[in-house]
Amino acid sequence: MSALEIQHLCKDFSSTQVLKDVSLAIDSGEFLILVGPSGCGKSTLMNAIAGLEPVTSGKILIGGEDVTWRTPAERDIAMVFQSYALYPSMTVRGNIAFGLEMRKVPKVEREQAVERVADLLQISHLLDRKPSQLSGGQRQRVAMGRALAREPQIYLFDEPLSNLDAKLRVEMRTEIKKLHQRLGTTIVYVTHDQIEAMTLADRIAVMRDGQIQQLGTPNEIYNDPVNVFVAGFMGSPSMNFISARLEKDDTTWQLHISDPEQGAELSLPWPVDRVTEAMVACQGQSVLLGLRPEHFAEAGDQRSGHQQAARLEALVSVVEPTGADVLINLGLGGNEVVARVGPDCRVAPGERLALSVDMRRAVLFGQQGGQRLA
Amino acid sequence: MSERTAVGVIRRRTPGARALRVLLYAVLFAAALAYLLPLVVMVMTSIKPLSEITPGNLLALPEAPTLAPWIKAWGEACTGMRCEGVGGYFWNSIAIVVPAVAISTMVGALNGYALTKWRFKGSELIFALMLFGCFIPFQVVLLPMAQTLGWLGLASSRSGLVLVHVVFGIAFTTLFFRNFYVAIPDELVSAAKLDGAGFLRIFWRILLPVSAPIIVVSVIWQFTQIWNDFLFGVAYSGHDTQPVTVALNNLVNTSTGAKEYNVDMAAAMIAALPTLVVYVLAGKYFVRGLTAGAVKG
Repeated sequence: MSALEIQHLCKDFSSTQVLKDVSLAIDSGEFLILVGPSGCGKSTLMNAIAGLEPVTSGKILIGGEDVTWRTPAERDIAMVFQSYALYPSMTVRGNIAFGLEMRKVPKVEREQAVERVADLLQISHLLDRKPSQLSGGQRQRVAMGRALAREPQIYLFDEPLSNLDAKLRVEMRTEIKKLHQRLGTTIVYVTHDQIEAMTLADRIAVMRDGQIQQLGTPNEIYNDPVNVFVAGFMGSPSMNFISARLEKDDTTWQLHISDPEQGAELSLPWPVDRVTEAMVACQGQSVLLGLRPEHFAEAGDQRSGHQQAARLEALVSVVEPTGADVLINLGLGGNEVVARVGPDCRVAPGERLALSVDMRRAVLFGQQGGQRLA
Repeated sequence: MSERTAVGVIRRRTPGARALRVLLYAVLFAAALAYLLPLVVMVMTSIKPLSEITPGNLLALPEAPTLAPWIKAWGEACTGMRCEGVGGYFWNSIAIVVPAVAISTMVGALNGYALTKWRFKGSELIFALMLFGCFIPFQVVLLPMAQTLGWLGLASSRSGLVLVHVVFGIAFTTLFFRNFYVAIPDELVSAAKLDGAGFLRIFWRILLPVSAPIIVVSVIWQFTQIWNDFLFGVAYSGHDTQPVTVALNNLVNTSTGAKEYNVDMAAAMIAALPTLVVYVLAGKYFVRGLTAGAVKG
């Protein structure tokens, strides 16, 4: 039985459809992340699960029970808000215990719950302070403590880290992951940050325009995106899309990339074992080749170990060393593409760089609609 | 403050600039004096015996200060047919103002809370209509309100006056609280809903504890309005339920015997003091509360 199940959920605001027939199911203990650009409906979906927004149609089941028309209090969920939403007039202790108090939990048990949560989140020394006396990271912990104290069936996190500075955000991300591993709680987490999504999730639902584009493990979403949108949204720097013509001669498949600067055409071979039926239909047509920056490597780089790697040469326009690796902007077939190469690369802008491309990991999309071909 | 100490301001100290500055202070001083003079005259007149007033020198300092006019104004002066002073009416005013302020503030707070945190279809329209209440001239409702009070059996009673002031005050208090609560994040209410609190519980435990600044604004505003009201007081009160403003009018206009200016002044001071006291005690919160939404950003 799923901890949370959403069936054909629709939500209209006057004339605009914010959620269009969204369905998904989450197992107990699973960490699901809803990710997407702003306005994609992820926050609306979260509010619908919380019961803060009535839905237009569809069903929401928590622990097998239909809760579509129950109040937030009756759903046995807890939520961590982006602004933390700590009650300003109450101490940290009061904030954590409030939900239990409302549920008429006896005082002794409330005290125990507060102690337990405070220990877990290392905020015992803050219990008698007011929210205004806490730093951003501390408020974040208290907000999580308030959710944890009630031990609900499902935790909802609404962009909980977006108000923190970059360093603290990474720390709290790890903290949340640890907490989830330790407690095995069921979590639905909304974010627009694809790195948060990749690092935290058991499964990711990528949303756009009120629909789930793809629901899968981070690995699936990253390496096996269903369309151009998902491929482009996940990953930083994002995937390069290169227009190419798909041709077949005898037994081999080739991608021809015309290069207006050189007047010559560049050809990349497509691995025979990855040919799909969808590709056959697009033979001779223009397609989009998707290559992630790390699918490139400096030619001759032992580290990459690319077998079956295609080779090409391109003009370097910008070099960005990040320390761990070097990001290189290249002109390729009239497109600007980003390649991630080893930190020892000593190329300068204006030079030509020989690269190998790992075509086994490349993806192909149709030019129209951006659906995955292979 | 000398010009040298003004931080971060560069001024050229030419003779012309100096002359302008002297002129500026002279004008300000004269204006301050003009505004203060009536109060000074009132206070001085109220502690002079009548014999010092009749010669006609308003600005002369009292030679033999006395509290007798205050005592007379409070307990003996004639207001119309009766000669019991304004003391009793002062308590009438208190008995009207306290419940009226408390009720209108409480209702305004609830309205503001409901209009911002439990929005419903048409809630903005209702708020806009309530705003109209701030602009309705009192005279317009005198007769219909008199009729209504009659139907309710509240004519000439203190409760009737309390009702009138509450009804009129709600427009303002709702405006105050609505604008204050609109700046408080909705997520607080969402969090409390998830925690299991209901409408009133959220109001009482989450919103009200942070409302002190706007409560002070509402209380000062309502207190001043209701205490100073004359029109409703004279229209809807009976002999025993008149507020102090009406009694003051009656006292000043009573035309038996010599005009006792010192008693009139003392009575006027008595009638004006409470609003001053309230403002002095809570004034700094008043300013803070009015600007609270503006500076928070």
